[in-house]
Amino acid sequence: MDKFTELTAVVAPMDRANVDTDAIIPKQFLKSIKRTGFGPNLFDEWRYEDVGEPGMDNTNRPLRKDFVLNQPRYQGAKILLARENFGCGSSREHAPWALKDYGFDVVIAPSFADIFFNNCFKNGILPIVLDEVIVDKLFQETYAEEGYQLTVDLVAKKIIRPNGEQIAFDVDEFRRHCLLNGLDDIGLTLQHQSEIEAFEQNYKVKNPWLFN
Amino acid sequence: MSSEPMGKTLYDKLWDSHVVRQEEDGTALIYIDRQLLHEVTSPQAFEGLKISGRKPWRIDANVATPDHNVPTTAYTSAEDIEDPISRIQVQTLDANTKYFGITEFGIGDVRQGIVHVVGPEEGVTLPGMTLVCGDSHTATHGALGALAHGVGTSEVEHVLATQCLLQKKMKNMLVKVDGRLRPGVTPKDVILAIIGKIGTAGGNGHAIEFGGQVFKDMTVEGRMTVCNMAIEAGARVGLVAVDDKTIEYVKGRPYAPKSEDWDKAVAAWSDLHSDADAVFDTVVEMNGAEIEPQVSWGTSPEMVTDVNGKVPNPDAEADPVKAGGIRRALEYMGLDAGMSITDIPVDYVFIGSCTNSRIEDIRAAAKVLKGRKVAASVEQALIVPGSGLVKKQAEEEGLDKIFIEAGFEWRNPGCSMCLAMNADRLPSGKHCASTSNRNFEGRQGAGGRTHLVSPEMAAAAAVVGHFVDVRTMLEVGV
Ligand code: SF4
Repeated sequence: MDKFTELTAVVAPMDRANVDTDAIIPKQFLKSIKRTGFGPNLFDEWRYEDVGEPGMDNTNRPLRKDFVLNQPRYQGAKILLARENFGCGSSREHAPWALKDYGFDVVIAPSFADIFFNNCFKNGILPIVLDEVIVDKLFQETYAEEGYQLTVDLVAKKIIRPNGEQIAFDVDEFRRHCLLNGLDDIGLTLQHQSEIEAFEQNYKVKNPWLFN
Repeated sequence: MSSEPMGKTLYDKLWDSHVVRQEEDGTALIYIDRQLLHEVTSPQAFEGLKISGRKPWRIDANVATPDHNVPTTAYTSAEDIEDPISRIQVQTLDANTKYFGITEFGIGDVRQGIVHVVGPEEGVTLPGMTLVCGDSHTATHGALGALAHGVGTSEVEHVLATQCLLQKKMKNMLVKVDGRLRPGVTPKDVILAIIGKIGTAGGNGHAIEFGGQVFKDMTVEGRMTVCNMAIEAGARVGLVAVDDKTIEYVKGRPYAPKSEDWDKAVAAWSDLHSDADAVFDTVVEMNGAEIEPQVSWGTSPEMVTDVNGKVPNPDAEADPVKAGGIRRALEYMGLDAGMSITDIPVDYVFIGSCTNSRIEDIRAAAKVLKGRKVAASVEQALIVPGSGLVKKQAEEEGLDKIFIEAGFEWRNPGCSMCLAMNADRLPSGKHCASTSNRNFEGRQGAGGRTHLVSPEMAAAAAVVGHFVDVRTMLEVGV
């Protein structure tokens, strides 16, 4: 996994509550057996005029001009600003894969759906929960100023606004450590292999019917 | 502080018995007893295992079945799947399970079906277990007193490789529904009413235990319907305490413990309920006697109301974000603010999905349909049993004939029009009475308009061509 320490990038506003994972990456694209290549179909139904199918050449599809990510001012955005309960719905990890593949490294929202929130960390995306009032303010600033950028500093756990003002955010220590060092969960867990084995031995004695 | 240990919730007990180790910040390694696999969220996990040269920790802890992509029309093998991409996913599951030696109930096996129907049906899901699956409706299995999480594909791989899941403990929430349901009011109506009350984010960060008289009275299959939609209430985990019904349900199933093991297991399971003095972080109380048959009118499961109610008016909503949500939903759904739910026409009917495709659901729908016909205005009515065994059972009871005579299509098991990954799709602009769990935009097909209801209500809507209070057709009184 890539390391994440600090990022300064354009912010794109996704001004809707309860954006679900079906919207983030429609189900027809879940048929892929790969982890990559979902970026062109991120928010597919909102982004294109036609109905997207896997295997299409996305470069020639008609774009919905009014959709936020199609507007020139938000090109190259790496920070997505969102409303409450972002990522609700199906547990598909294709949602963070699509966001990441598109180029988003950070999602800021007043709240996230649990599974999506977890899936982000596992794919090198930093989801940041901020107070609704602050998120609202960031939306206003993003709309007001073309090319609006934020700096996200994971080391200092701070977001720095263009005027230099800082917004502190909270992040689980373990998740932060993994992101900062680009660590993969499985490798970390297997460092405790003997502990798992010891647990399993003891557990098997108590629950023999769970082992065939 | 008193020296008396505090009572534990069911969730606390299940959690405590599976903690392998815990970090200072609360992140724990939880031992996982069972993993269910299906074709959509497993290929990348198997790919990851192979790339890193890792092996599954415990082969016998995993069971697989294809469900999301399988056709529900007649077919005999994965080669028959027309859509090449669907076919590849199903074949990839076959290949991966074969490669790693994992049990698969594949196409053509009578045990194949929707993973959340198959698990309990085979006794693969047992009380007291921790169980995961790369699918958010894994909450279903909590109906048996198992700690069941939906997980992402990275976690599928993590569990395959380590038999553990990295987790932080959630908060405890009790949804207590006392009183008695009135006749014609079903488990689906109960969970839709709960979601209508607490909202789709109401359970975020919590494990929900469903307690109170209504769940005590409910069948185990009914409890599955309720726990299934814990995720639509924002909670990854739904739970119901183990009681005699649970044990009776599990007994004799193929993967259930046998002989001496059975007695030991039953003894262990007797503790799987929240202690009387357990403390919940959040408690929601409702009166079961007040719950009416429900119909969703919008594009989120919380956009739901009584069948005799009306579609809301966004102008009456004070919160501008909510008002905007209602407005957008009404536009998508093609509904007028303030119209009666019973005036919404129904063009399609779908009875199926991991929420409502078990034998009791099929019997309930059949009871409404017996001797009746699907309205001429209904373009398609599908009934899709949750597994090959459910289908077989229904056929043995002659239920298939009732559906076919009424004008339903009697299909093969799979997820089908719940999410339309196979060929079963709801066309754009059409209204569907669906027993599934999600009414998001495009969920059942691009532009499709889903209304979530119980199997009884779906059957009733099929007969009259619009939503109707099923109780008027059941002679139970309203
Ligand atoms: S029936 Fe629907 S909700 Fe259930 S597992 Fe299948 S697609 Fe998911």
